[in-house]
Amino acid sequence: MFSYYLDLALRSLRRNKALTALMVVAIALGIGASMTTLTVLHVLSGDPLPEKSSKLFYPQIDPQDMDGYKPQDDPPAQVTWLDGIALLHAKRGDHQALMTGGAVPVQPAQSSIEPFFEDARYTTADFFPMFDVPLLFGRPWTSADDDSHARVVLISRKLNDKLFQGHDSTGQTLRMEDAAFRIIGVLDGWRPSPHFYDLNSGNYSEDEGVFVPLTTARELKFGRSGSMDCWGKGSGGEDDLEAASCVWLQFWVELDSPAKAAAYKEYLLHYSQEQKTLGRFQRPPNVRLPDLMGWLDYNKVVPGDVRLQAWLAFGFLLVCLVNTVGLMLAKFLRRSSELGVRRALGASKRAVFAQLLVEAGTIGLAGGIGGLLLAFVGLWLVRMQPSDYASLARLDLPMLLATFLLAIGASLLAGLLPAWRACQVTPALQLKSN
Amino acid sequence: MDILPILSTLRRHKVTAFLVILEIALTCAIVCNAVFLISQRLERMQMFSGVAEHELIQIQAVSIGKQNDAAARAQEDLIRLRQVPGVTGAALVNQVPFTNSSWNTSVKLGPNQKQATLNATQYFGENLLQTFGTRLVAGRYFNADEYLDFEAVQRDQKLQAKVGVIVITQALGERLWPGQSALGKTIYLGETSVRVIGVVAGLIRPSLFNGDASAQWSMAFPLRMNVSNANRYVLRAAPNDRDRVIAGAVAALRKADPHRVIIEKKTLDEIRSGFFQNDRAMAGLLVGVCIALLVVTALGIVGLGSFWVAQRRRQIGVRRALGATRRNILNYFQTENFLLATIGIALGMVLAYGINLFLMLHYELPRLPAIYFPIGAIVLWLIGQVAVLGPAMRAAAVPPVVATRSV
Repeated sequence: MFSYYLDLALRSLRRNKALTALMVVAIALGIGASMTTLTVLHVLSGDPLPEKSSKLFYPQIDPQDMDGYKPQDDPPAQVTWLDGIALLHAKRGDHQALMTGGAVPVQPAQSSIEPFFEDARYTTADFFPMFDVPLLFGRPWTSADDDSHARVVLISRKLNDKLFQGHDSTGQTLRMEDAAFRIIGVLDGWRPSPHFYDLNSGNYSEDEGVFVPLTTARELKFGRSGSMDCWGKGSGGEDDLEAASCVWLQFWVELDSPAKAAAYKEYLLHYSQEQKTLGRFQRPPNVRLPDLMGWLDYNKVVPGDVRLQAWLAFGFLLVCLVNTVGLMLAKFLRRSSELGVRRALGASKRAVFAQLLVEAGTIGLAGGIGGLLLAFVGLWLVRMQPSDYASLARLDLPMLLATFLLAIGASLLAGLLPAWRACQVTPALQLKSN
Repeated sequence: MDILPILSTLRRHKVTAFLVILEIALTCAIVCNAVFLISQRLERMQMFSGVAEHELIQIQAVSIGKQNDAAARAQEDLIRLRQVPGVTGAALVNQVPFTNSSWNTSVKLGPNQKQATLNATQYFGENLLQTFGTRLVAGRYFNADEYLDFEAVQRDQKLQAKVGVIVITQALGERLWPGQSALGKTIYLGETSVRVIGVVAGLIRPSLFNGDASAQWSMAFPLRMNVSNANRYVLRAAPNDRDRVIAGAVAALRKADPHRVIIEKKTLDEIRSGFFQNDRAMAGLLVGVCIALLVVTALGIVGLGSFWVAQRRRQIGVRRALGATRRNILNYFQTENFLLATIGIALGMVLAYGINLFLMLHYELPRLPAIYFPIGAIVLWLIGQVAVLGPAMRAAAVPPVVATRSV
C-alpha cells in the first residue's frame, strides 16, 4: 500500500513542479537556517570537560577595601597573588591550580624561523591532572618544580609540529625571552571550548602554545595579559604585582564530592573572616563557589548575537512552515473531487489520510535532506566568518540526528493539517457538484 | 468595489485564508524588527572616533629580553620613525582606538567620595593627541615640560601628585559636569587629583566593554612611555602613503633593534573594520533573512492565488457571462489580497511590537521607531499586490464560455 501511495504522491508532485519545488525549497531553507544556528549555539554552550566539569570549582572571595562597597555586589572574578598562593598552599581541594595568561617571545634554534610571540599560560603543577590535559609526549611538571622556579616548559602539539616537525621534543631546549627552558612534555591537541579557565583572553580563543610554571614566569618577568582590577594603592607596575592590591589571577579547585564542595565553601568563609580579623580584608565575607558550568553561565559566554540568530532562524522556519501548510492545503482541497471519487469507490477516510500524509512526508523528507545540505553550507559560511568561535562550527552526531528529527517533525506537522482537512470531503457532494 | 462577496468566499476558505494572514503577519513582524536591527548595526559601525582614522597606522613592536635605557631607546625609535618619508607624526602610546585592549580607572568628583562616579579610559604617550589628530575644542594640549616618565611615576607614589593636568573629551566633561565648562575642574583618581586643561571633541575608548554609551569617556595624561612599558607605535601619514610608510617604518624599527618582533602593522582603517566585523556579519545575515522571507511570502501568495484561480474558473466564467468585465475580475482578486494583507499587517504590527519588547528586555535594544509601522505596511501591501498580479491576470483571462462547460 505504501509504495502505491508513494507512486501517487510522486505523480501528484510531478504535476505541479514549480509548486513542489517551492514547498521543498521553503522547508529546506527554514531547516537549513535553524540547524546552522542551533549547531553554533550547541557548540558554544557545550561543556568543555564533560567528564569532570561538575567537580571543578572556581572560588571567589572579596578582598577589596570599603571604597565603592555595595552589599549586593558580586565578589571579583579573579584573586590576588596573596590569596591565590594562600589557597594553593592550603591544599584543601583534591587538586588546585593558580594561573594567568600572557605572551612570550619564542626564539627558535633554527635560523629559518624568525622569533615570534606565542600565547602562554603560567600555572601550577595541578593544572594538568586537574583538567585531564592529554599529553602526547613527556609528563607535566611537579609542585617541586613550582617551588624551585624550574626552567621547564610544556608545549602544544601545534607548536611542536612547527618547531620540531612533530617529533618527540622532550629534553630539548626552548629559548624564550632570552632564557633557556627544558621541554618536558607535549600536549596532544587540547582545545577546551569555551576557554573556560580564563575568560579574559576571549571566550573561544585558541589555546596557549606554551605552559610555564607560574613562579618561573614571575621570576623572569614574562609578559602578562588578561584583565586586572585594582583598588586602594593599586600596583606599582608589572614587577611587583605580588604585593599589589589587585586581582589578576585565576584559581581553580577540584572537589570530588558535594560534601567536599560544601566544606570548601565553609573554608572560604572562614578564610575571609580570618583575613578580616587580620585587617587585610575590610568587607564582610562574600564568597562564591560556582562549578564550571555555573561559572560559564554567570559570565554569559555565549554571544548574544548567536542566540539572536537562533531566534531569527526559528522565526524564519515558522514562516516557511506556514507557507508550506497553506500551499499544501490549497493543493489537497483542489483535489477534493479526485478524493471524493476514491472515497466513493470504497477507500476509507484513514486510507485517504495516509495517502495524503505520504505526499506531505515526501515533501518534508526532500526538504529535510535539502535542509541538511544547506546546514552544511551554512556552517561552512560560519567558518568563513572572522569570529574566534568560527572554526568550532561543525555538525556533530547529536546535531545531525536532531536535524533529521526536526526535518521529519516539521514536515509531518506541515502535512497533518492539510491531510486531515482534505480527507473530510463528503464523497456525495463532491461527485454531484461537477 | 463590493467586499461582501469576497468576505463570504473567504469564509468558505477559513483555514487557508488564516494561513495566508498568519504568514504575512509573521513576515511583517520579523522583517520590521530585522530592518531595525540592521539600522542599529549600521549606525554602530559609523561610531565617531574623534581621531584622524584615514591617516593613522599602528605598529606593535616588542623587544625580547630585559630592556636597558628603555626611555632613550623609545626616543631613538621615534626619531627614526619621524625620518621615514611620508610620516607626519609619531608617538609611542599605551593604547589605540578599536584594539580592544585598554587601561581604565574609576573617576571621582571629590576627595572623600566613596562610590566612583564612572569608569573612564586612560591614554598615555607623548604627543598622543597631536598624532591621533583629535580636535581641541577648549583649553590647550600639554606643554613639553609637563610630561613625566610613566615608569618613574609608577615607581614613586609621590610623583603621582605632580601629574597635575589632563585633557578629556567633551562627552566625559558633559557627563561629569552637565551644562558647565570642564576647563579648570578637578577630578580625583585613586589617591591623586588632576585638573582639566583641555577638552577634545572626541576620543573613543579602545574597548567598549562597558557598553556603547560610555564609548567617549576618555582621558589623556601627560605621561611619556618607553619600550619596556609600551609597544604601540602610532604613525600619521597621508592616506595614500600609508602602505609605503608601513614598510619604511618596520625597516626603521628593525634597524634600531634587530632583536625585536613586529606583532602587528595595520592602518587604523583595517583595525576599525576588524573591530566591527561582527556587526557587519550580523547586518549581512539579517539582510539575507529579510530578502528570503519576503521572497518566500511572495511566492506563497503566488502559489495560493494560482490555486484559488484554478478552483474558481467556473465561478469566474459565470460572473463573466453575467456581465462582469475583465477589470472586475482583476479587481476582485486584488481586493481579496489587499484584505488578507491588511489583516495580516495589523496582526503583524502587534507581533512586531511584542518581539521588540522581548528584544528590548534581552538585548538592550531601543524601542522600535513608529515610522517602521507605516513603511512595513506599505512594503507588504506592495509585495502582496505584485505577487497576486499574475494569478489575477490569469483569472481575468478566463473566457465567459467556461460557464457553459462542465468539467
